[in-house]
Amino acid sequence: MKETIRTLVETFGPAGSEERVREAVAGMIRDRCDSLTVDALGNLIAFREGKRGGGGGGEGAGPKRIMLAAHMDEVGLIVTHVDEKGFMRFAPVGGVDAFTMLGQRVVFGNGATGVVWMERLDKMKDLRFDKMFVDVGAASAESAGVSVGDAAVFDRKLAQVGKRLTSKSMDDRAGCAVLVETIRRLGPAPCDLFFVFTVQEEVGARGATTSAYGINPDMAIAVDVTAVGDTPKAATMDVSLGKGAAIKVKDSYLVAHPRVRDLLVATAKDSGIPYQMEVLERGGTDAGPIHTTREGVPSGVISIPTRYIHTPCETVDVEDVEACVRLLERTLMKGV
Amino acid sequence: MRRLSEAAGVSGDEGEVRRIILDELDRLGLPAEVDVLGNVMARAGERREGHTSGGAGDVAGRPRVMLAAHMDEVGMIVTYIEKDGLLRLGTVGIDDRVLPAKEVTVGRDRVRGVIGLKPIHLQDPDDRKKAVKRNDLFIDIGARSREDAEKRVKVGDYACFKSSFAKIGEKALKGKAFDDRVGCAVLLRVLEDAHEFPLIATFTVQEEVGLRGAAVASWTVDPDMALVLEGTICSDTPGTEEHMQATRLGGGPALSIMDGRSISSKTMLRGLIDAAERRGIPYQFKRSTMGGNDAGRIHLSRAGVPTASVSVPCRYIHSPASMISVDDFENAYRLVSAFLDSVEEGFRP
Repeated sequence: MKETIRTLVETFGPAGSEERVREAVAGMIRDRCDSLTVDALGNLIAFREGKRGGGGGGEGAGPKRIMLAAHMDEVGLIVTHVDEKGFMRFAPVGGVDAFTMLGQRVVFGNGATGVVWMERLDKMKDLRFDKMFVDVGAASAESAGVSVGDAAVFDRKLAQVGKRLTSKSMDDRAGCAVLVETIRRLGPAPCDLFFVFTVQEEVGARGATTSAYGINPDMAIAVDVTAVGDTPKAATMDVSLGKGAAIKVKDSYLVAHPRVRDLLVATAKDSGIPYQMEVLERGGTDAGPIHTTREGVPSGVISIPTRYIHTPCETVDVEDVEACVRLLERTLMKGV
Repeated sequence: MRRLSEAAGVSGDEGEVRRIILDELDRLGLPAEVDVLGNVMARAGERREGHTSGGAGDVAGRPRVMLAAHMDEVGMIVTYIEKDGLLRLGTVGIDDRVLPAKEVTVGRDRVRGVIGLKPIHLQDPDDRKKAVKRNDLFIDIGARSREDAEKRVKVGDYACFKSSFAKIGEKALKGKAFDDRVGCAVLLRVLEDAHEFPLIATFTVQEEVGLRGAAVASWTVDPDMALVLEGTICSDTPGTEEHMQATRLGGGPALSIMDGRSISSKTMLRGLIDAAERRGIPYQFKRSTMGGNDAGRIHLSRAGVPTASVSVPCRYIHSPASMISVDDFENAYRLVSAFLDSVEEGFRP
């Protein structure tokens, strides 16, 4: 599990440029699924056929269809301008903060390393992205090797701190790892399963929007990170690292369908999997657009408690991730 | 371009623009449909079937290509008529500071009016330092009372800037509503050429208020790829630092890589760049990730649609005095045309 997470978090994949993550995931699960497809926007869809006669579907109907979603993309920056000396101006990709970006080392798709700094400012509170730049060590625009439209991500490797793991892009490669690990462990399940590794979640859950339409599922579960309230003077939130999988009640874009939420809670109780209930006041996941697809899709979220989201130091407890895998695996064996 | 620019078509009231476009489509011999929201769809290119909707691709495996430009423009709407006959206004997409001392037309009868501002003589010194707010402004149609005004206008009437189209100098065009009548004009020009694949021209409504027409039009068209033709921000003037200049006038059509509502299909971007370079057509990348256009809804339609945008830079956009370059217009047409030729030759997203 740790090595799966390591491979995934250390792969380059800002929103809109998820190709390498897709290749890495595909390599991990290719021999464990019945089909593997890429749709028009770049979502990777791994299909596992439901066990015939194994239930799920109603009288005369085929097996029920369950969609699982974890997003491949991560936050980063995108170059908007290169000046004659080779300094790059940029815009954020996804919800990353200017103060977080300052002083970071970032890496581009072609391997170029850059460092982020700022113009001279009278007051630090004036810091905004349009006052900042990336320096890739070039002496001119021509020699920069990076041009307008190229994206970069935090340059950061995985590290173990105690029994916790810290890295960039745990959001949502840890979720991708949960899906990968579930596919590896899962026996024949009653329902048709669509494991979707989505694109462009960080810029508006766009990949989930189109893949949910294409799949037309009977139920959906997203696996994503969620915030915690267990650090000094944090905003109040009853989710902590190390206390198990978080089962979402609501966030800004979803009220988890009670049937899905209750299924997850019952499964966790039956299987003795540690869990905690999650109410996220700000933010959303792929389940937001999925649950309003077509005539509506009952949807829920299994969340991985994560500290310092959208920074290079996203930190998870590996036992929480393990609890998420067990919860998802047990739930899928049960079916709808 | 003159007829399109001078037509009134604030979001939700695109009828005048639609009539011009339907006339042009008729002249081109292209059957057109108008949908429930008012979008115009016309099937060009391969013309054996008359429908604008249908499944992806056709029997020969040729892609359905959607070209989209929006008919609506920013403007105002009458929200209240004062006792003294002055009209209070709401706005769509307009910086309040653009409003004062402008000529406007109100309603479908194009009743003329001006937006007044307290004379400089009567302003407090402090007033002069402050930007005027919409709530302090009104449209004056020369009425003496509410009753008098109501003979000619009513609450809910749209108002738009009165601004005549003109050529300025050798290379510049001036007017209102270039966002996105310039896209409409490029699209009509593209339709004069024949293509051997299903090409669906879509003129959308209500882009400025949330890409609404495009949301339903793309559902109907169900394309295999889409290209949005736009007028986009251009701030290449003194006072804007170089790195904040989204596009440059005369620098060629702008290709969007990412904006607030979509990330362009990489394969389509590559296809557009290849097409431009093959034909020696100048182009530029839009150097801002702000804003959004119909691509934001089209690319999310159904199971997803590879989508990109080609935009003509518009200085002073969302104002009565916008400016575009004749060369950028011409090159936008050439670029779209070259791209469509590459689709003919087998390009697929």
